[in-house]
Amino acid sequence: MSLNHAELEAIYLTVALASITTVLLLILGTPLAWWLSRRRGSIAATVEAIVAMPLILPPTVLGFYLLLMFTPDTALGRLWQQLTGTQLAFSFSALVIGSVVYSLPFVVQPLQSAFQRIPQGLLQAAATLGAPPLDQFRSIVLPLAKRSFVTAASLGFAHTVGEFGVVLMIGGNIPGETRVLSIALFDSVESLRFDEAHRLAAGLVVFSFGLLFLLYRSDRQQGWRVRA
Amino acid sequence: MSELRLHLTCRGDSGFTLQLDCALPARGITAVYGPSGSGKSTLLECIAGLRAPEPDSVIRLNGDTWQGQGSPVPPWRRGIGFVFQDARLFPHLDVGQNLDYAMARRSAPGTVTFGQVVAWLELDDLLARATATLSAGQKQRVAIGRALLSAPRLLLLDEPLANLDHAARQQCLRCLQRLSGELQLPMLYVSHDIEEVSQLADHLLLLDRGRLVEQGSLLELCSRLDTRLSHEEQAAAILTASVVQHDAVFDLTRLAVDGHELFVNHLPDQPGQARRVRIPARDVSVCRERPRDSSILNILPVTLSEIEETDSARVLLRLSLGSQFLLARITRKSAVELKLQVGDPIYAQIKSAALLMEATDTA
Repeated sequence: MSLNHAELEAIYLTVALASITTVLLLILGTPLAWWLSRRRGSIAATVEAIVAMPLILPPTVLGFYLLLMFTPDTALGRLWQQLTGTQLAFSFSALVIGSVVYSLPFVVQPLQSAFQRIPQGLLQAAATLGAPPLDQFRSIVLPLAKRSFVTAASLGFAHTVGEFGVVLMIGGNIPGETRVLSIALFDSVESLRFDEAHRLAAGLVVFSFGLLFLLYRSDRQQGWRVRA
Repeated sequence: MSELRLHLTCRGDSGFTLQLDCALPARGITAVYGPSGSGKSTLLECIAGLRAPEPDSVIRLNGDTWQGQGSPVPPWRRGIGFVFQDARLFPHLDVGQNLDYAMARRSAPGTVTFGQVVAWLELDDLLARATATLSAGQKQRVAIGRALLSAPRLLLLDEPLANLDHAARQQCLRCLQRLSGELQLPMLYVSHDIEEVSQLADHLLLLDRGRLVEQGSLLELCSRLDTRLSHEEQAAAILTASVVQHDAVFDLTRLAVDGHELFVNHLPDQPGQARRVRIPARDVSVCRERPRDSSILNILPVTLSEIEETDSARVLLRLSLGSQFLLARITRKSAVELKLQVGDPIYAQIKSAALLMEATDTA
């Protein structure tokens, strides 16, 4: 059983998409989760609800609106076209943006609850010892929330690997550009190449199970539960 | 000009508003004393910059304005140390690393070394321990050490001994007394335990429901008849004594107070050491003649220096003993029958059992 060129291309594309998305999610999600963890009131509640929407919306709804935003006759689409000379819809970049939105709650929520568990009193103590806010974050918050960063990154990565609806709506099925694993699988089934479909499907099952197993096992050893 | 200038208005958590306008000496230990909910912790948090007072407030230490015109100085640039009631050690760092955390963030070079702090606070055996394995008393000693190592100009302590058992409290008190002797570091010490205050403080700030009731030298305030302290049931005078010798046969310690001797329960202090003894007014009675064959051990010749004017059943007397003062609470009937007059030479009898307890026990 060996993988053909199209499959390898789909695996490469999927890993690249999930990696870039995870890095972007950690960069954007950390300050957002911190802000949400320290704020009360309806502005924070509104933002929190928007972040959580991808959890319950059908991915096609998200994909549909993103697709409309990416077309060249919107402000975003036009700006992208002027900056890069290429169309945003049906591109790898569109997939990255879509994935960031789609997987955002999987990164923000574990971080937010980890940040909320850090007592304000510890940060006050750090402040009286001479630590300014960024130093407090680096020296107190990051080490105490370390495990939740691993959880958040793993869930963000795995969820991006598993997305289908959003990709189909905004990316289509372009080999080497937007044809990720889940699309390749769908494609194989549609064209009745079941042996190829089996390989891809089984691979994704093994990958997802392995990742979650490792995550939960190390959580149990730490005595903490994942709050995703 | 070594003082902490405060002009503060700040809404507290439990309905009161802290309103203060005073200058405190920025040297020695100033106790902030009062019942719960009187604004003691709120005051400390305002001074530390952890809580924002109303905009017209002023906080100034030795001419440096922390709160006043312009934006307030943030806590991490005030050069304060803060010891919280719940220690707040960093759980991901061991004891030594908690201390290092403060060392690494010193704003001023400071003269206190790591080794000195470890010795004063008896932390030697704790350095490699995880903070979760420490007892409450050990945690608090580490917290005090950590605050000292940040080389503060002012140390704020918010009921640091409130959660400790008796033995741990005694050990911490001893460490704090050692620190105030070794360091020229002004401390503001919040407490609602008068015994702690009597042992430690030089200066007293008495708060009630957010207002300043009294402030001044502790020894003087405790011996005056016209202060809030003297009207409380536990009104007591504080005498400064020195340990003379231990009496092993009877398990007592002999103290000297202005040339007079005073026996108390066996104390851990070395002969020659200074020691404060708190003597509750209700345990002191007076008589005209020195009683003979009395079971009372401590009978001191005193001069009646003041009689409280009151219509109630009991009156408070201020008795001078050399340069120091005792308080006695007796019935008004006895005062009249003894024809007590200011200036009379009389004898004060101190009910031993109570004194012995007070001298050694904080419970």
